[in-house]
Amino acid sequence: MADLASKLPLSPAPITPEQLEQGSSLWSDAWARLRKNKLALGSLFMFILIGLFCVVGPWLSPYDSQAQNLFAGAEGPSADHWFGTDTLGRDLMVRVMEGGRISLLVGLVATSVSLLIGVVYGATAGYIGGKVDAGMMRFVDLLYALPFTIFVILLMVAFGRSLWLMFVAIGCVEWLTMARIVRAGVIDLKKQEFVEAAVSLGLSNRRIILRHLIPNVLGPVIVIATLTVPAVMLLEAFLSFLGLGVQPPNASWGVLINEGQQNMEIFAWLLIFPAFFFALTLFCLNFLGDGLRDALDPKSAGD
Amino acid sequence: MALLEVSGLTTHFHTRNGVVRAVDGVSFSVDRGETLGIVGESGSGKSVTCYSLLRLIPEPPGRIESGTAMFDGQDLLQMTQAQLRQVRGKRISMIFQDPMTSLNPYLRISTQLVEALQVHSDIDDKAALAKAIAALEEVGIPEASRRVRSYPHEFSGGMRQRVMIAMALITDPDLLIADEPTTALDVTVQAQILEIIRQRQEKLGTAVILVTHDLGVVAGTCDKVNVMYAGRIMESGTAEQVFYEARHPYTRALQKTIPSLQKKGQKLFTIPGLPPDLAKPITGCAFYPRCPYPKVAGPVGDVPVLRDLGNGHCHAECHFCDSTAPIESVLPEDLAEDAVVGDAAPAEGGAA
Amino acid sequence: MVKFIGLRLLQGAIVLLAIYAVTFFLVAMTPGSPFSSERAIRPEILAQIEAFYGYDKPALERFWLSLVNMLQGEFGPSAVYANRSVTDIIGEAFPVSLQLGGMALVIALLLGIPAGIIAAVKRNTWLDYLPMSLAMAGICLPSFVMGPMLALLFGIILRLLPVAGWFGPEYWILPAGTLGLVYAAYFARLTRGGMLEMLNQDWVRTARAKGVPERQIIFKHCLKGGLIPAITFLGPALAGIISGSFVVETIFQVPGLGQWFVRGALNRDDFLILGLTLLFAALIVVMNLLVDIAQVALNPRLKHG
Repeated sequence: MADLASKLPLSPAPITPEQLEQGSSLWSDAWARLRKNKLALGSLFMFILIGLFCVVGPWLSPYDSQAQNLFAGAEGPSADHWFGTDTLGRDLMVRVMEGGRISLLVGLVATSVSLLIGVVYGATAGYIGGKVDAGMMRFVDLLYALPFTIFVILLMVAFGRSLWLMFVAIGCVEWLTMARIVRAGVIDLKKQEFVEAAVSLGLSNRRIILRHLIPNVLGPVIVIATLTVPAVMLLEAFLSFLGLGVQPPNASWGVLINEGQQNMEIFAWLLIFPAFFFALTLFCLNFLGDGLRDALDPKSAGD
Repeated sequence: MALLEVSGLTTHFHTRNGVVRAVDGVSFSVDRGETLGIVGESGSGKSVTCYSLLRLIPEPPGRIESGTAMFDGQDLLQMTQAQLRQVRGKRISMIFQDPMTSLNPYLRISTQLVEALQVHSDIDDKAALAKAIAALEEVGIPEASRRVRSYPHEFSGGMRQRVMIAMALITDPDLLIADEPTTALDVTVQAQILEIIRQRQEKLGTAVILVTHDLGVVAGTCDKVNVMYAGRIMESGTAEQVFYEARHPYTRALQKTIPSLQKKGQKLFTIPGLPPDLAKPITGCAFYPRCPYPKVAGPVGDVPVLRDLGNGHCHAECHFCDSTAPIESVLPEDLAEDAVVGDAAPAEGGAA
Repeated sequence: MVKFIGLRLLQGAIVLLAIYAVTFFLVAMTPGSPFSSERAIRPEILAQIEAFYGYDKPALERFWLSLVNMLQGEFGPSAVYANRSVTDIIGEAFPVSLQLGGMALVIALLLGIPAGIIAAVKRNTWLDYLPMSLAMAGICLPSFVMGPMLALLFGIILRLLPVAGWFGPEYWILPAGTLGLVYAAYFARLTRGGMLEMLNQDWVRTARAKGVPERQIIFKHCLKGGLIPAITFLGPALAGIISGSFVVETIFQVPGLGQWFVRGALNRDDFLILGLTLLFAALIVVMNLLVDIAQVALNPRLKHG
């Protein structure tokens, strides 16, 4: 076919190995699509703002999050304390900022743990294939069907309520979707024509993995990772709300929401501020994840 | 008056990348009992033409911009949804390209056959089922009374296309539109399916529009032929006229791509180049960039008009339509002369 | 079909056994015993109590003992609440949780599925955008945020509904609503996705070409396949509603199993944790079994293939 095509006037040039290696258009296309999605872009911007607020904020605030002032206990928002103070007279704004630090930290670290487990597990299953793959994925199916929040609770009870344990415990239950996605991507790629083409053109294994497998599985992995961050933050807040997660005097948004909920009949702001920031962060991450999915995986963005 | 009279049909798709002019001012007519073939490469607008007639294109992004389609005195393109439903499946039926995806996998064959009847008439379940079984027998499905209870996935592709034909014809429509009914099937099954359509047409007197990219299919079955390219009709006439007296270079080039019509050992011919991007406005002859004839002058006109030769044979205006030079004479030397034995790659135009 | 169900039942039993074993050894690994905390008890009395509950024996032996008891429906005593057996607690609190969870599931399905169907059929109109934005809100507002917010609005500001207790229908609304709304959001999104996939199929075009009315296309041709994602989600939804009930029952002071489980976890009430984990897991395993059966029943390709 190739020599026939080259003789024809006006026919497209035969595909060269260089063209096969051009993965960059996928990313620039994705970026162009993402830029058009105002909701996703706004979410990204808002998420960065929240991140800055939580990370930088405490250094700029005149208050110490642990400093109690019982004379200024549970005051509503004012010029001194923009978010008001809690029942022990601690400035709520600093508490929300520092709570956010812990919540975001859990989100990032636990997601990394789940990413590590999920990618290794999924890639192994997909690469080996056959019976091993079937068995490994059946195991994932089984775990999917289990009450995994109960397990996180049990883990926290059994091993004490430390922050680092929580990272691992949450990461250990949130890797299932990641494993499925990576496996599907690997299997998909193994039989795709351009990989076969790359093999037949004599590209080395390492190059195929570097230039084709990783860039092509990376898209869905980024999407799932973005959506895992809010999921693990939710789980952390859930545990902290029940008193099984972050322990006082440290606070995460879940702890603050719990404190607020106990006092909401009189001091509603104690609930409203942390709940607002928590919900806003989840909104942003979910919209960003959806936007990334639409941008990186145009096939599934048909609707 | 013809059963269906289409004139100036224009269908555009408003996509992110611009307006795709899928069908651009197409006119033709079909009489009762007649078979019209519409041929062209993929993306030539032949399927969109058919979907536009029954307004089955997804809107948005698709939109029928202008034109009329007078069916038995009524304009299909101006009908309300309710009026349209009375026509669809009752007076005009359709068969689709891929029988594997065109039947609902969640419903029994019987349900789907009976539905076509019950939507359009007050027939009771028992009588409808009897008719459904009879319809299956007529398209040659053995043990129809048992197999009517099956689900589509229990049937092979050829059998499913038979079911599609039975379903389309169960209401005795005046017009059957078959959109590449054999493309997804094995070669041996293709002939059977076409024969079934022909038999049923003879018996019921149905008019048929047969869409295909296979000129061989057209030669064997059609009375009239439209050759489409880039959303426009390039040449139309009786099958004999289009085959033996082809005027337009595109038609001539298309004929060259039929492997069975060429000498044994001849290198397979593909039309050089790719069809034009329909998202960009095309001025002049759409085939001009790929035309093998020497480019003596610029393309003709804005949109070349169809010239009627007086006997129903029409073709788009072109510098070379009256040229008697055979297309081989204008092809590059090595292509015309080279004889390579055993190169049996499929030759769909341009897809080198 | 019978073979399929039998196989799945067997699988479910194995899963339950595994869950029980993991739970048991997780609890057993925890240092100390439930009786060593908080109260100052004389060591010899502590030893006596621990001997009574079998804590002087090795873990493996205790595991078999408890397994045999469990199979006989004897879940053991509550370690923290004297004179209460776990069976008693379940008998008292399970009906409450069952009612709460059942109502939440009904709310989720009755709101979510119609919303998803409408959004899919009317896609890219306000009938799609509005419910889907609300659904996104529902997914981002977890029950422990939505619950206090609803309580604040309807209970404290508007004074329409009681915010604590479980004494009659007006007490049910907020807890069941909180729990149901979150999952209504998931069901709406899944149903919309499933219906959209069906509506884009080639055979929908075939049905339109037959002149089938749009309503019939939606309900007869698309609903069966379109509901499969939502039905598949019933298992995870039940698991979510159970863990959601931990929070909701705490917020609204509902005397259900969720509150007991949280208290058990905080106080190291071993038998209570074990019994409730097994009960929850059994519920979820049964639900997943029902979902598997429903999937086969809905999809003819699975039934015959």
